[in-house]
Amino acid sequence: MPAATHDLLDLDSLLTEDERAVRASVRQACADLVLPHVAGWYENGDLPAAQVRELVGEFGRLGLLGMHLEGYGCAGMGAVDYGLACTELEAADSGIRSMVSVQGSLAMHALHTFGSEEQRQEWLPAMAAGERIGCFGLTEPDHGSDPASMTTRARQDGSDWILDGTKTWITNAPVADVAVVWARTDDGVRGFVVPTGTAGVQTPTISHKLSLRASVTGQVVLEQVRLPGDAVLPGVRGLKGPLSCLSEARYGIVWGAMGAARTALLTALEYAGTREQFGRPISGFQLTQAKLARMHQAWATGTLLALHLGRRKDEHGLRPEQVSVGKLNNVTAALEICRTARTVLGANGISGDYPLMRHANNLESVLTYEGTEEMHTLVVGQALTGEPAYR
Amino acid sequence: MNIVVCVKYVPDAQGDRAFEADHTTDREAVDGLLSELDEYAVEEALKIVEAGEGEVTVLTMGPEDAATAVKKSLQMGADKGVHVLDDAIAGSDSVATSLILAEAIRKIGDVDLVLTGLASTDGVMSVVPAMLAERLGMPQVTFASELTVEDGSVTIRRDNEAFSETVEASLPAVVSVTDQINEPRYPSFKGIMAAKKKPVETWGLADLGVDVAHVGLGASWTMVTDTQARPPREAGQVVTDEGQGGEALAQFLADRRLA
Ligand SMILES: Cc1cc2nc3c(=O)[nH]c(=O)nc-3n(C[C@H](O)[C@H](O)[C@@H](O)COP(=O)(O)OP(=O)(O)OC[C@H]3O[C@@H](n4cnc5c(N)ncnc54)[C@H](O)[C@@H]3O)c2cc1C
Ligand SMILES: Cc1cc2nc3c(=O)[nH]c(=O)nc-3n(C[C@H](O)[C@H](O)[C@H](O)COP(=O)(O)OP(=O)(O)OC[C@H]3O[C@@H](n4cnc5c(N)ncnc54)[C@H](O)[C@@H]3O)c2cc1C
Repeated sequence: MPAATHDLLDLDSLLTEDERAVRASVRQACADLVLPHVAGWYENGDLPAAQVRELVGEFGRLGLLGMHLEGYGCAGMGAVDYGLACTELEAADSGIRSMVSVQGSLAMHALHTFGSEEQRQEWLPAMAAGERIGCFGLTEPDHGSDPASMTTRARQDGSDWILDGTKTWITNAPVADVAVVWARTDDGVRGFVVPTGTAGVQTPTISHKLSLRASVTGQVVLEQVRLPGDAVLPGVRGLKGPLSCLSEARYGIVWGAMGAARTALLTALEYAGTREQFGRPISGFQLTQAKLARMHQAWATGTLLALHLGRRKDEHGLRPEQVSVGKLNNVTAALEICRTARTVLGANGISGDYPLMRHANNLESVLTYEGTEEMHTLVVGQALTGEPAYR
Repeated sequence: MNIVVCVKYVPDAQGDRAFEADHTTDREAVDGLLSELDEYAVEEALKIVEAGEGEVTVLTMGPEDAATAVKKSLQMGADKGVHVLDDAIAGSDSVATSLILAEAIRKIGDVDLVLTGLASTDGVMSVVPAMLAERLGMPQVTFASELTVEDGSVTIRRDNEAFSETVEASLPAVVSVTDQINEPRYPSFKGIMAAKKKPVETWGLADLGVDVAHVGLGASWTMVTDTQARPPREAGQVVTDEGQGGEALAQFLADRRLA
């Protein structure tokens, strides 16, 4: 089978026919539902709630939401399938991939792994179908990289729980039906299932973002929120709860980043082939070729790394530092690729008519969320040396 | 309602087309796929069965890789597949194609409706549906942009440039559908998983009782004697408006008898 022109290493040959079918469906969904609109959503900094509902509904029909989970209406696909889906989503926009990551890998994963049977039955089928939207609240205004110091509290009042605190930078919060919120209790950090309609819950939107503008971000403000005793996730105590969810979502980012990178590479390749200066296409200049060759090289190695992690995940599971290596390498590489591609397009590179600034700006968020570049460096450093260097 | 959908495996129009030395399409050099126009037929069949009951069988005739077209249809939701595969088929023209497809449909048996695309995206003759109907002794209603089945009959809307016709036929019938009839779904993940377990039968000409003398390049009524790439498009003409732009445009149209 002949490879696409940018796939010099025939990486496609490493995928099964069914994996390629999964990818084709997500690519088609993005072409139909996302690509015609995303530049506009981004420019306006507004992804209207009705659009989110529509997108999530369509993604639910496709089977994208919680696709790697088993049962409860989830598709039960493999890690590579999930990775390929993230690549296609992020090739369209990191914000759209974020929406799906948060729904599936953070909110649904937490419910699936740590929830009671009743909690799973109540939320998962509706979330898989895209009828309910979830968000995941860990970060607080004063506690980001160091969530162990969180101040959101849950105390018991009879059999009820009372929650107080503020979570911020929460993807999907303003459009969510349910928030999985992590709070300090006398018994360590616990997770709570908080329907956003509960009295005392507010989810204001965070505006003026200059990155991830086609994604809804907000706060989850909890004031004397009274929840029944069974709102707590019974399956986990301590930070390993939220951290294991983040590791799942991060795995998707390892793949997703290469989607943004691919779009940048293809955009630059096409532009360089048609733009003429000094009497010939700029693709004929050595300096441009050096850029294209290096972009391809970084994309191909990042894609191989993602695929390696995916195959390992399916067969053996992944250790956190393995995912950290992936996130560290691929997000940084994707950002570099987008910036380089931007230069190939000259002034047009900064125009909203091309996707490069959008992807590059988006990746600034991706570099920070789900553990900053520095945090993952420290994770890898500790794994190599045995010395924790966080404080 | 049991429906057979004829689906063709065609070279990807995005790829470079190539021909063999005997001027038949080179089906090995380019990736192939389910003819996009046949996706509409699959979608329509699925909608009919989902609204009522019955089974959708997809039928393809083509080389080994044509199994891809069956697989994609099964991933979309069809229940089972039949692939007619035989070395002797290579080079068959539409007369032979329709013979083989008709015999396969007879062998599938108990068919209420045969759906096809409007044309294949490679041969583009639009003649197979009519030939099939003739061979099967079924009424043919072609170019359906809307389709309803009830009480043993099928009613379609066929759009012409000036008007739309409503045509009715008794079942079983052969209907070809256009790309206006619906919006084909893409396979959901559940569909992709489920397709792995759906039955696909592969039949040779002997299974169908078709004589090899009636098929293949040798039996073709027509022969392609030469193929030539379309000449590259000429560059457009840029008119800079220096006050005379409108006139220049009018002149351009007049020169080509377009106005
Ligand atoms: C100019 C010309 C050149 C040709 N060159 C070649 C060649 O190089 N090599 C070659 O092999 N043939 C060639 N043919 C023959 C032609 O491609 C097909 O073999 C012919 O049998 C089917 O006609 P069509 O593709 O135009 O189908 P159409 O009549 O346009 O197809 C209508 C519908 O019939 C169904 N259908 C058609 N074919 C199949 C199939 N095989 N399996 C299942 N369903 C089907 C589909 O539902 C399709 O949408 C040529 C024909 C022409 C006119
Ligand atoms: C668009 C967007 C969406 C988000 N969505 C969610 C969500 O859905 N849910 C959620 O819970 N959170 C979400 N976040 C929050 C994100 O996870 C945090 O921003 C991230 O964990 C970093 O926390 P911080 O912003 O408080 O930075 P800080 O922790 O204050 O870090 C500031 C800088 O200091 C560095 N630093 C901190 N500690 C050290 C150290 N020990 N050594 C060296 N350097 C250090 C950091 O690496 C960083 O460079 C989102 C963020 C963004 C931008």
